[in-house]
Amino acid sequence: MKFSFIKSRDSRSNLLVREISYIAKMDVWKSIKIKRTFRQIRMEKIFRSSLVLVALSILVLVIAFLFTLIVQSMPSIKALGFSFLFGKTWDPVANVYGTYPFLLGTLFTSFLALIISIPFSFSIAIFLGEYYPRGWFSEFLKNSIELIAAVPSVIYGFWGLFVLVPIVRSMELKLGVTPYGIGIFTSSLILAIMIIPYAASLGREMIRMVPSSLKEAAYSLGATRYEVIKTVILPYSKSGLFAGILLSLGRALGETMAVTMVIGNTSIIPKSIFDPGNTMASVIANEFTEAASTLYLSSLIELGLILFLVTVLINLIGKKIIKRFTTD
Amino acid sequence: MKLKSKIKSALFVAFVLAIVGSITPGCNGGSSNNSSSDSTATNSDDKTLLGAGSTFVYPLFSKQFSEYNKQTGLKINYQSIGSGGGILQLTNKTVDFGDSDAPLNDEQAQKIGVPVLHIPMCSGAVVISYNLPEVKDTLNLSPEVLADIFLGKITRWNDAKIAAINKGIQLPATAIVIAHRSDGSGTTNIFTDYLSKVNDEWKSKVGKGTAVNWPIGLGGKGNEGVAGLIKQTPGGIGYIELAYAIQNKMAFAKVQNKAGNFIAPSIASTSAASNVQLPADSKIFLGNTDAAEGYPISGFTWALIYQEQAYNKRSEQKAQNLVKLLWWNIHEGQQYCEGLHYAPLSPAAVAVAEAILKSATFNGKPVFNGKPVLQ
Repeated sequence: MKFSFIKSRDSRSNLLVREISYIAKMDVWKSIKIKRTFRQIRMEKIFRSSLVLVALSILVLVIAFLFTLIVQSMPSIKALGFSFLFGKTWDPVANVYGTYPFLLGTLFTSFLALIISIPFSFSIAIFLGEYYPRGWFSEFLKNSIELIAAVPSVIYGFWGLFVLVPIVRSMELKLGVTPYGIGIFTSSLILAIMIIPYAASLGREMIRMVPSSLKEAAYSLGATRYEVIKTVILPYSKSGLFAGILLSLGRALGETMAVTMVIGNTSIIPKSIFDPGNTMASVIANEFTEAASTLYLSSLIELGLILFLVTVLINLIGKKIIKRFTTD
Repeated sequence: MKLKSKIKSALFVAFVLAIVGSITPGCNGGSSNNSSSDSTATNSDDKTLLGAGSTFVYPLFSKQFSEYNKQTGLKINYQSIGSGGGILQLTNKTVDFGDSDAPLNDEQAQKIGVPVLHIPMCSGAVVISYNLPEVKDTLNLSPEVLADIFLGKITRWNDAKIAAINKGIQLPATAIVIAHRSDGSGTTNIFTDYLSKVNDEWKSKVGKGTAVNWPIGLGGKGNEGVAGLIKQTPGGIGYIELAYAIQNKMAFAKVQNKAGNFIAPSIASTSAASNVQLPADSKIFLGNTDAAEGYPISGFTWALIYQEQAYNKRSEQKAQNLVKLLWWNIHEGQQYCEGLHYAPLSPAAVAVAEAILKSATFNGKPVFNGKPVLQ
């Protein structure tokens, strides 16, 4: 049985011919042929239905999430209605709940983080995808970037609190704003670092997938490396790059622990990016354990529902944009 | 076309399953009492007690329970999931006792529906910690100044109101940065209850609760979060538990009590705060105590048990074990308080707690007559 697929470096068709002739030579094959066909069909069916089942269970899970959130937040939806979405005060004592400051904080920190992270993640993607696609240095760099994604977020929180906050504070002193150190800007910085690997890894794969024939054609026309990147590689891989951005945005929207530790957790509406604020995820994490009244608890769950919907909405918009990019 | 209809039917099935799946656990508030309680009744024998609640009391409980276990062999499993969670678990009858840093509120009491006994376990103080590297002496704070600071009316440390009660201390012109708890907490409850008692504006504008709408300031998660903010920010001020402040050697202020004395927070002055005329059900916030030597910002933590212990097919033995354990907690168990920086119950509080424990019944008959638990 020295039939080896690995050794053969012939073209695929050649391999296939050899394989078929090998199977045809076996006598056993004839005797079990009919039986095997039945079994095969049954196996196929079982395999297929198990795939469907697993896929379906994910669907069930998502819909169940949504449904649970809606059912549990019914008391607050009934009691507060739309004022929940646009109310500016969050006062558990008076049972007045308005999520506007947190909605603002979530969107603000996430998009600011995205803006900060894009130059870095794109540079890394281009560097690893185009300049150094192979070699130990490239592997090392790639692994360390992926490691960034593997670090638990509470560690980012601590690092932010003890290293980043004093730096930001001294910067704020020079700028002449109130030197809190913590706040929306600091959270965005932390978030930016946390989300870089997502866009960078995906971008790198996309850039490596650009056909070399295209690049070589551009070079042969006399384009410089920068021109090739600008006119061939980036346009070709833009949908992938955008998908990476979307992935990192999703991560930024839901990030809880690291943000909670450096954002300042105040329900006052922030007036500048150096002010403290709060995000929906950190409010839930902070207040869930001691939420005593039904309306309070249900408001926190409704906050989760809104976070869920915001994430879905942003994903849908992103998908639409990707579609438009790729059909152009 | 065929594929489309298949997808449609799959979606429909998914939707139906999802609804069924989410409705059943969705309303476990009242309906699942029976199923969950039955499982506890069968799972746990008479030699084990389950408790859940306050995180504040957890270090003390784990010490007390391990000592009690050594002496009697009774196993006590306490989960520190927060006061609100403890009350919820007691309501669902999945634990034998809860522990809360605040008495049941009206809504919670209504949900439980039957009388619940509140037995004070120990008391804790909330201290006002600050970060003023220039100031070496201990600051004095009066209730008015404290409320004005947390309302955002006093914004600099060299404000005339602060200087008036701190004669001889050179105060810097640093801006005041307020740190408060961002997570719902019994510590916040004790502190805001105190401010509501001493300041009408605070009472009407902010009020008291485990989480409030802070007019100003930064939120930190947990004692360590607030302490971190204070330590890092020059001019910072915030409130933390006494035990945490002592363990981390943080500077804290003397606070003027009702009798007019400036009292430094300590275990003795916290115990003294509860040595006053207490109501028979012990449900009182100790803030702004009448005791002349008492530190004014403190509060009890209460163990919560059903007054009628015969529920859920529990054995009388189990009920006795529970009441005896709590009896031991308020007597012999108190010796472990000070080592962990909790304030032991004052004589007045122990007397009230004894009377409350004696009122626990099993099928209408008293569970425990008040004899010493261990010989």
